[in-house]
Amino acid sequence: MRDAVLIKIEPRPEPSRVMRYCSPLLAALLMLISGLIIFTLLGKNPVEAFHAFFVEPINDFYGLGELCIKASPLMLIGTGLAVGFRASIWNIGAEGQLAIGALCGGAVAVYFNQSSSGFILPAMISAGAVGGMLWASIPALLRTKFNANEILVSLMLNYVAILLLAMLVHGPLRDPDGYGFPQSVLFGESATLPIMIEGTRLHVGVLLSLAGVVAGWVFLEKSFTGYQIRVAGGAGRAATYAGFEYNRLIWIGLLAGGLAAGVAGVMEIAGPIGQLLPSVSPGYGYAAIIVAFVGRLHPGGIFLASLLMALLYLGGESGQMNLDLPSAVTGIFQGLLLFYLLAADFLVNYRIRTKSSQQEGN
Amino acid sequence: MVDSFAVLIIVSTIASGIRLATPFLLASLGEALGQRSGVLNLGVDGVMLIGAFGAYYTVLQTNNPYLGLLVGIGVGVIMGVFYGFITLYLQAEQGVSGIGIYLFGLGMSDLLFQKFVGTPRPILPFMPLHFPVLSDLPVVGEMLFQHSIIVYIAFGLVPVMGFILKHTTYGLNIRAIGENPEAADSLGVSVTATRYSAIIIGNSLAGLAGAALAIELGIFQQNLTNAMGFIAIALVYFGAWSPKGVMIGSLVFGLVQAIVLQCKTFGVIPRSASDLAAMAPAIITILALVVVAKRFKQPSALTKPYVRGS
Repeated sequence: MRDAVLIKIEPRPEPSRVMRYCSPLLAALLMLISGLIIFTLLGKNPVEAFHAFFVEPINDFYGLGELCIKASPLMLIGTGLAVGFRASIWNIGAEGQLAIGALCGGAVAVYFNQSSSGFILPAMISAGAVGGMLWASIPALLRTKFNANEILVSLMLNYVAILLLAMLVHGPLRDPDGYGFPQSVLFGESATLPIMIEGTRLHVGVLLSLAGVVAGWVFLEKSFTGYQIRVAGGAGRAATYAGFEYNRLIWIGLLAGGLAAGVAGVMEIAGPIGQLLPSVSPGYGYAAIIVAFVGRLHPGGIFLASLLMALLYLGGESGQMNLDLPSAVTGIFQGLLLFYLLAADFLVNYRIRTKSSQQEGN
Repeated sequence: MVDSFAVLIIVSTIASGIRLATPFLLASLGEALGQRSGVLNLGVDGVMLIGAFGAYYTVLQTNNPYLGLLVGIGVGVIMGVFYGFITLYLQAEQGVSGIGIYLFGLGMSDLLFQKFVGTPRPILPFMPLHFPVLSDLPVVGEMLFQHSIIVYIAFGLVPVMGFILKHTTYGLNIRAIGENPEAADSLGVSVTATRYSAIIIGNSLAGLAGAALAIELGIFQQNLTNAMGFIAIALVYFGAWSPKGVMIGSLVFGLVQAIVLQCKTFGVIPRSASDLAAMAPAIITILALVVVAKRFKQPSALTKPYVRGS
């Protein structure tokens, strides 16, 4: 009788630490391989397309600056979302919280357009932070008071926020001298984030995002509340936990995401965009969800994942310009990255073993 | 004279409301089945988009809208197999994996469209059915009996699904697994197989919904659904997980859309008001979520992966 090789999947006695850190790398690798296949199917030379997508955008200083600019909102929002995700609070509404943050910050900039005061930028960022948190407090309130599902409430609020922003930019916030285009006045110097390196668009907001990531790390890993969040998340989604209240964690989880997204929204309009437009985000709020997961809900990992995700955005733009690749490829990569991660995560809790059937004794 | 004009407008608004409700209804019936079995699928919009493109492209090539519907279902089945694998075997977090399906579907449908079609070309839409006598009835005829086949399929599915859930073993299994998978498992019901079937049926209805939308509109474009899939998920809560409730919700949303469109056509309302009206579905949904959460209980095992012996 020939030996048949059996593939056996069995639960690990303990989740594998090694696989926990390897699975994002595995996911990224699988995504790249899929990318090469997709490029080939689209009739492009895969090597050339790979170069245009993943290398060309960042082979000079300007490109590296762009990478940091794109990664900045993603790492900040990802960290904020991770606070909630760790406690199994699923805030899918960062896209809307970002739009409201931009709206509030932008309103400050438009209102004080003539002023050159140094307080404008801090005021904008504060307004954005408050706006984002207020928007996130709606799902928090409805969840804690009425037990309404926060996934759907936060998701639905995205559409309300995006429409609200568009409506106001078409209306009261529009530049009166703008020939009717739906955009605000260009922000003055006092309402724009200063550029750090000449010849790039790298603005100081990136430092603020990095500070946010560090603050998130301290909060999640070193504070007592961070510890409670870990316990709550680990215990699943029960309503109460020994000694502390889950409702408080719901509020903290959602507000952290709202705060981060609101500030990120202000940094978009005070940074690369420089004015309020009807749409201020190419889906950063959704992409940040993936960033948070690929980063293992850990600020350090989120930092790295945000760079990868930023590269996908840049690659999409570069591929479109240089190779006539549809920009939609970026979305496919984002989705695939998440799937592969979820798939690879299976190996954290399970292991695959091959055995010959004779050893099994049957 | 004025009266008959008003009647005409009301009749055509209701008729278009029923048509607009159809994709919502198909998608949310599918989602309701999945949620009853304990699985939340946030990726409906992505599945609808790929289904819509598949149907659009099929009709573009073959001029056969019925084949388009079948392709939509087929796309849904494939996506269902995929989503079931992620959810049931890999036990992925359902609140997040669906967002991946959405982004993937959004990107993939756009990519395929740009690759194979490029510039939008209209396709042959459905022909409205003609029932002897009924279709010729005044008022009622135009409101109810001059729709295309997909409208009748969608509304016909409501009692069918109601019957299956209430009166068949399969329906009973689905409900049991959504409430208490451990108990169902101990009685010999396969949790994984039953959930897998519910996911596949649910996704095929989402694909069909996308196909119905594309063929009804006679066009495809990037992000054709414009978040309809997410509204469909919310409609399941709105309808408190019952096919009849989901139907009522879909009709309300369809009618709201029809009225907004009608007002836009007549220029009755200014831009800002139509923006506000565009927010209506999302806001109604949130209010409905609050009301439903207070009065109805969601399936206990919703979003919880089942691991035997845990």
